[in-house]
Amino acid sequence: MNTTDLAAPSGNGFAGAWRRVSRVGLGDAVAHGITLLAGTGIFVLVGVLFTELWVNSRLARDRFGWKFLVTSVWDPISQHFGALPFLYGTLVTSLLALVIAIPLGLGTAVFLVELVPVWMSDWLAFIIDLLAAVPSVVYGLLGIFILVPIIRSTVEPFLQSTLGFLPIFQGPAYGVGFLAAGVILGIMVVPFIVSVSREVLLAVPQEQREAALSLGATQWEAASQVVVPYARSGILGSIFLALARALGETMAVTMVIGNDPRIHASLFAPGYSIAAVIANEFTEATSTLYIHALIELGLILFGLTFVLNALARLLILATVRRGMVRP
Amino acid sequence: MTSMTKHMTRRSVTNVVMLTLTGACAFLTVAVMFYILGYLAWHGGRALSWNFFTKLPAAVNVAGGGMANAIVGSAKLLLLACCIGVPVGILAGIYLSEFAGQTLGSVVRFMVDLLNGVPSIVIGIFAYTVIVLPMHTFSTLAGGFALGIMMIPISVRSTEEYLRAVPSSLREASLALGAARWVTIVRIVIPAAFRGILTGVMLALARVAGETAPLLFTAFGNSYWSTGWTRATASLPVMIYTYAISPYDDWHRQAWAAGLVLLALVLVVNIVTRMALARKMPLSR
Repeated sequence: MNTTDLAAPSGNGFAGAWRRVSRVGLGDAVAHGITLLAGTGIFVLVGVLFTELWVNSRLARDRFGWKFLVTSVWDPISQHFGALPFLYGTLVTSLLALVIAIPLGLGTAVFLVELVPVWMSDWLAFIIDLLAAVPSVVYGLLGIFILVPIIRSTVEPFLQSTLGFLPIFQGPAYGVGFLAAGVILGIMVVPFIVSVSREVLLAVPQEQREAALSLGATQWEAASQVVVPYARSGILGSIFLALARALGETMAVTMVIGNDPRIHASLFAPGYSIAAVIANEFTEATSTLYIHALIELGLILFGLTFVLNALARLLILATVRRGMVRP
Repeated sequence: MTSMTKHMTRRSVTNVVMLTLTGACAFLTVAVMFYILGYLAWHGGRALSWNFFTKLPAAVNVAGGGMANAIVGSAKLLLLACCIGVPVGILAGIYLSEFAGQTLGSVVRFMVDLLNGVPSIVIGIFAYTVIVLPMHTFSTLAGGFALGIMMIPISVRSTEEYLRAVPSSLREASLALGAARWVTIVRIVIPAAFRGILTGVMLALARVAGETAPLLFTAFGNSYWSTGWTRATASLPVMIYTYAISPYDDWHRQAWAAGLVLLALVLVVNIVTRMALARKMPLSR
């Protein structure tokens, strides 16, 4: 009946066509069209973003090719550019951030899910979420004036006297450097690990806990051997998410990393990260090649975070889905 | 028997120790928040004065300067960001919740998440290449554009979430009364989710209000008033950065004051909107 209704008037020229359109709803079609435009617009936006980065880094890509990634010279005066010191700095500071943030974040998430009543868990998670809302320039401010002096006067001498036989804890204590940047990044990404891990831990079916406890497991054993492994891919997702944040974080790192485009083995030494060099040198870049080299660094950063984020989302999605399905 | 007991004791000791450690982790994380808050309130509060809100930045070693131009600059940037981010974000959110099919819907959703993960400095480069380069000048426009893009993903996801929370019985009732789908969306669904959508937009705004990196080479900076939309402008986050890395004590004090203002702004918006959400929308139980 519906088909004939719709098909019949179509033969009667404009009036019929109009009647048909208004029956399926011109308004609906327009609304669908406009919102679809906005939705696909986001798709296009990401595409254009990539294209702009690609096109505006062509001089550097043509000139240096893949060697850009493994060259450790960054010399604007002789127009020679390599990304290695920045890649190194970005990776070292991000990994250091994870070393701090994973135990802290995971411990917090387990505490919030397994040990405290729901209302308290919600409140604490809310306060921790606020940490993620603190602007990164404010973290940088605290980093320069509080963290760096503490690291210079206390942390670095302490590490040197206890673990100084390791090459990563040697050399003069500057305060600014990889260590300071890693610590501040670690604090900044903890909320991401906590909020996502908490979510996936909450999605673990209650039966899993009860089964472990009824077999005589202690609460810690149930949490560490049953609940956490059950949610492991989601937790891994939260770690990827945090890593992606850490890689792209700009201001706080720029303010405490020391801005030295050289590779040092020691964590005490000043260094540089991809985001920091873009922030510092973009407005001072004097030649087009210089700008293009900086934009190529942006392209690398974009690629890295893109892949990590995609992986993280897929992992989290998989875990939350699995938790919802009753066995 | 004794070995059994010893084993049990070791297990329960491990239990207590490890659970205490997780508690310590949680305490530490929460304490960091209060530490940040307390420190900024202490240092920023001492440096804050009426001049901060009403005067232009003073030269080095001249007392009594303020950041009035940066406050106005930030407001203009955020206004522009809203004009770009809010319509796109809300429309795309409506699409995802009301129209999208499985496949295209999840592709768009995925893209939104990825856009959310793009580092802010990269968004800054993008705004630089599409606006600053063709116009040959740093501008409020370019900065607002960059911030606007950053607002999109958050507003999309929150709009979608709160539209979805509207019970489908409401939609069905409206459709059954003969209303078209778009009328149902505009008159029934959106009003029901209005508070949620609004808070989502506020949260997006709070997030970009503190962004510094995308402004460094789009809005740049300015020590004076910036008129119109096509000139470089000062903004609070960039001022904090420049003042913090300067060698002058006086500027450091100003940076603390600006940090306190920015943090207060961001936290108040976050707390108020989340409180409002905790009471939930009247229609969804």
